[in-house]
Amino acid sequence: MTAIHLYALAGVGLFTLGLHALIVHAHLLRKILAVNVMGSGVFLLLVALARRTGEAIPDAVPQAMVLTGIVVAIAATALALTLMLQLAAETGHATLPEDQRESD
Amino acid sequence: MEALTPLALIIDGLLVLGLLWLAWRALNCTELFTAIVLFIAFGLLMALAWVRLEAPDIALAEAAIGAGLTGALLLAALARLQSPDADAAVTGRITPASRSTSPMFRLALLAALAVAAGLGHVVMTLPADAPGLSHEVAAQLAASGVGNPVTAVLLNFRGYDTLLELVVLLLALLGVWSLGGKVLHIDTDPSPVLDTLSRQLLPVLILVAFYLLWAGADAPGGAFQAGAVLGAAGVLLLLAGWRLRAGLVALPLRIVLIVGPSTFVLMAVVTLLVEGQLLAFPVEHAGLLILIMEGAAMLSIGATLAALFMGGNPDNQQVHR
Amino acid sequence: MTPSDYLTASLLIIGAVFFLAGTLGLLRFPDVYTRLHALTKADNVGLGLMIAGLAVQAESFAVVGKLLLIWVLVLLAGASVAQLIARGALHRGIRWWRR
Repeated sequence: MTAIHLYALAGVGLFTLGLHALIVHAHLLRKILAVNVMGSGVFLLLVALARRTGEAIPDAVPQAMVLTGIVVAIAATALALTLMLQLAAETGHATLPEDQRESD
Repeated sequence: MEALTPLALIIDGLLVLGLLWLAWRALNCTELFTAIVLFIAFGLLMALAWVRLEAPDIALAEAAIGAGLTGALLLAALARLQSPDADAAVTGRITPASRSTSPMFRLALLAALAVAAGLGHVVMTLPADAPGLSHEVAAQLAASGVGNPVTAVLLNFRGYDTLLELVVLLLALLGVWSLGGKVLHIDTDPSPVLDTLSRQLLPVLILVAFYLLWAGADAPGGAFQAGAVLGAAGVLLLLAGWRLRAGLVALPLRIVLIVGPSTFVLMAVVTLLVEGQLLAFPVEHAGLLILIMEGAAMLSIGATLAALFMGGNPDNQQVHR
Repeated sequence: MTPSDYLTASLLIIGAVFFLAGTLGLLRFPDVYTRLHALTKADNVGLGLMIAGLAVQAESFAVVGKLLLIWVLVLLAGASVAQLIARGALHRGIRWWRR
């Protein structure tokens, strides 16, 4: 078990934590947090796998992809938050309509 | 990579445990404010993980964008969600569906564990030594015009991806603007401390941004980290009560927003006409061209991130708070 | 390990002890004002000691200058944010702890 395996499995763990929270919670802000955690898990997995070059410097292409991914993730988060705020302003609930039967 | 020494096991193990525990607590605690604060702490711990994995560019970006700006966005959204004039039904309580006794919870848990087992098995069976594209990148690095391999990949070898990424940022901002809604604006006078802080920090932030841009050619840094610092400067100004004059919002802001993507598109068209290939730089000018494109990208990214935080539609004269 | 390595290690460890003290204060103190006090004081000194330890290892004075700039910025931001949090708490009517 090397450090690469440790971080790659941590990435898998973060992804599944986020996936579980995405399914289970009804509030949209929690869903957005869950998607962000899933994204962080995927990035961790990618960069850990990029470290498999041995003694040389790590592979730069997955690192560049993750850098792009971080910036795109914040843009998507901003759009998702605005959608959530509009939904809450119009319906009074920050949950999707099909989840409202069980909550509030 | 060689097997873990006991010291590395302790450090990496504690870091990984901290990450997983923070993520679990952030996703499953009852108060939304606590969840967001824990998420920001999670982002900072991720920055440490990037340093341990020898990815300092990503560490800089994660600390600035992933922890800082995302946290600011989430807190601003929470404040709007729970403001006094919002509906009382908008709370963050854990709903019955997420109580651990409901069948949905158990089913989701099983599905998540199955996904984890499958992915974990795949990860453990991957080859331990896979150079990927590092040899090709190292071979072409001298001809790329910069010394930092990540900058070379982002701006030269995969410049097309960066062009599309800038367009995606712009699209997200267009989405936010087209949804309407209120612009974030602080009406009350800021405290003298915040006022002084914003005035003193603004020149420092601009200087740091340009330094990151310049240093990104041969050291960790680059356009995205510099753009994030500029975005943070914009957020600081917005929180200290500064408001963009209406005359500046209409055209100059829009020009700054599109200067990044349009520089990339212009460069792509020019290289297509001159060299016959999209974004293929001539070797002797590659460094200068990359610097110009990075500068334009930095301005656009900073303006886009600050505008995303401001939210709403700047043409709309309604203000929130 | 050379003498400068020992110096760096000891400065880093003492800095970490200060951070631990600040975190202990965060967890154990009774109200927000005392917690802010413990956090900012201990963390600033802890960071200063860590920066000093790293400055010993720096290759040039430019790196030392950048490290000092980091410390000054953290000092500035930490003190300002602590004042803003305390001000906000006072406005919300959070009373301070009395024995």
